[in-house]
Amino acid sequence: MTDAALPTPQGCAACAAVPEPRGLPARTAAEVSLRRFEISLPEIHCAACITGVEHVLAGEPGVAGARVNLTLKRVAVTAEDRPGTEARLIDALESRGYAARPLDSAALEATRIDATGRDLLARIGVAGFATMNVMLLSIAVWSGAEGSTRDLMHWVSAAIALPAIAFAAQPFFRNAIAALSARRLDMDVPISTAILLALGVSVWETMHSGAHAFFDAALMLTFFLLVGRYLAHLTRASARSAAAELAALEVRLAQRIGADGSLEAVPLDALRPGDLVAVAPGGRVPVDGTIVEGSSEIDPSMLTGETMPAAVGPGAAVSAGMMNLSGPIRVRAEALGDDTLLKQIARLVETAERSRSRYASLADRASQFYSHTVNLLAVAALLGWGLATQDWRLAINIAAAVLIITCPCALGLAVPAVLTAASGRLFRQGILLKDGDAFERLARVNAVVFDKTGTLTTGRPVLTNAAELPDGALAAAAALAAGSTHPLAQAISRAAAEAGLRIAPVADLREHPGLGSEGRRGETRLRLGRAEWVGAATPVDRTAAWLRIGDAAPVCLTFEDELRPEAAETIRRLRARGLSVSLLSGDAEGPVRAMAGAVGIDQWVARATPAEKVAHLQSMQAAGLRVLMVGDGLNDAAALAAANVSISPSSAVDASRSAADLIVLGDRIDRVVDALVLAVVARLRILENFVLAFLYNVVTVPIAFAGFVTPLIAAISMSASSIVVALNAMRLGRTP
Amino acid sequence: MNILAVLIPVSLLLGAAGLLAFFWSLRHNQFEDLKGHATRILSDRYDDEPAEDAPPRKDDAPLR
Repeated sequence: MTDAALPTPQGCAACAAVPEPRGLPARTAAEVSLRRFEISLPEIHCAACITGVEHVLAGEPGVAGARVNLTLKRVAVTAEDRPGTEARLIDALESRGYAARPLDSAALEATRIDATGRDLLARIGVAGFATMNVMLLSIAVWSGAEGSTRDLMHWVSAAIALPAIAFAAQPFFRNAIAALSARRLDMDVPISTAILLALGVSVWETMHSGAHAFFDAALMLTFFLLVGRYLAHLTRASARSAAAELAALEVRLAQRIGADGSLEAVPLDALRPGDLVAVAPGGRVPVDGTIVEGSSEIDPSMLTGETMPAAVGPGAAVSAGMMNLSGPIRVRAEALGDDTLLKQIARLVETAERSRSRYASLADRASQFYSHTVNLLAVAALLGWGLATQDWRLAINIAAAVLIITCPCALGLAVPAVLTAASGRLFRQGILLKDGDAFERLARVNAVVFDKTGTLTTGRPVLTNAAELPDGALAAAAALAAGSTHPLAQAISRAAAEAGLRIAPVADLREHPGLGSEGRRGETRLRLGRAEWVGAATPVDRTAAWLRIGDAAPVCLTFEDELRPEAAETIRRLRARGLSVSLLSGDAEGPVRAMAGAVGIDQWVARATPAEKVAHLQSMQAAGLRVLMVGDGLNDAAALAAANVSISPSSAVDASRSAADLIVLGDRIDRVVDALVLAVVARLRILENFVLAFLYNVVTVPIAFAGFVTPLIAAISMSASSIVVALNAMRLGRTP
Repeated sequence: MNILAVLIPVSLLLGAAGLLAFFWSLRHNQFEDLKGHATRILSDRYDDEPAEDAPPRKDDAPLR
């Protein structure tokens, strides 16, 4: 590969250049055991990506096989079982421009082999095969076969239908038995009754050379309903695997310091109180504890929403989840398990989840209503015709016809087909749906609550007063900030680069962890850092750094959290849809007010603790609002669980991602609006489908009641209504 | 009408053959990555079958 062919980091590497096939060096089959693991490839999307990734991996030593799954955006690798293999392969992929993340295989194990899906597919296959063959035989009957020929057709149909239904309709029978033994009625009870009654009547009619047999109707019913079940299963399975994948992305390790001073990466669960843990700059503090060595600044924004970094030194208490900014620190673990702030938040999440009222989905409510009505209608038909004519054979025939005709073929497809189409579309837009219900809840939202830090803002500071600084101050500050990983220093470097300044390096550049940077230019000392260290007397009420050149008065550089470019537009679109938008932040009043003004939100709450956030949401709900919460921090997790429906960006902390119902990938906050719009359309489609299914019943039930339904009419109306409903759902995948 | 005695079994056999083929494809992971399989035909690399889902045995995937 030449340099020109090397991929840009953003785009798809393989689209630009597919690696040339290389001869694989022959390796001896060493005595190493093989291991299978998976790597997440969030950005692959085409045939060339597949070839490229598989090729890169095949070219690495120790890899026996690699197979990309484009649907799941993962690659399954079989490679030698040696520590570090996985990291080496990920590096190899990253260096070729394919974004790659490790996945915790154990967390994925449960979702890898989709046994339920295969089972349903097998049943669909059998039902489909039987339906087609019985339908062929039925056509002979419909087109006028009589006497022994008709009986022969019916007998052959029975021979196909009985075993096929015994196998394919098992899920319905099992659910119906479970429902009945719990003394309740659900959709599966009338379905099972209809199938069994239709079969019974048909067998009896066949034995007595009757004219009508409903074998084809019973099979078609089973087939369509199984398709609906399979679609529902697909939506649930993809939601589950999304949740598992998010969980697997989080690798929970801490750097424990051994007795001999060596560092050892251990899982969080293995830490004990009293253990020493090293936290590098840029890392997250894994436990609650006290600093024993080193001084630094910590960013508590994930925990509290506050954006102002705090200086800490030996003896200071830190909490799990805080970000270490400037210097390496060593922390002695104190609280573990139930005592950590993290666990307290987790408990708050649990309570909030319990108190959230259970949402009854549209499908649940429809099937409750439906199963009662259908059973009543069938019994009424049976008794009415039986008592009126004293011909119970005719009465049972008509009751079976009523059950078959009313049976919710279209209803069984109405919701799953829409949800499958909608979640597929969401996925293409970069939104993961973790819970099918959430989509219906999202459609009914009338208030949106945003968190500030990390949700409306990027969580990255920007320099705000570059224009007001004296000449040369920015260049000097940038020179001192060069090479530092501190977020404020990086903000200064970015501002200087934007202004196009030429930065002369300073001599003796030193970074003092937790304090600032120091350097020398000629005989002049330069200092950039905290107010008291630089010698500035007046602290300001916002995030600030001070620059002192020689003995001149210190210059204040102020920063604020960078607003996401799409935030204001997102808020405007939400308000245009008639939603009330508010801001609920743990940050201080000043920044929150400024932010609310910048994006046009007039209702805001500052300095809210996690418990206050929950209380605020609950008071909104008590006032009759259905609230969508959008947040990412640990302090939002409980509020996310308490809201009617919640969305997190994929950069959110673990606890928040698992509490949220939808995850926005790629941190584009405007996708919240897209999801909302799609949810409203999806709900509309579901309701349309219900109306279609209902209309069909309004037309056909009287015909069935009057005793005019022949197997031919049943077959036509059933398939017609199912296809109409499925097509209506499919529109969702295409139109905007 | 005697022809029915031949035609019905023939049609059933053909259908059963289709069903068996479906079961075979189900068991051989043909439905695991529909999107990937659709794009893989565009690749000019020879690709004979989807990888098995089970972890490999030692003897069946030697290191190359």
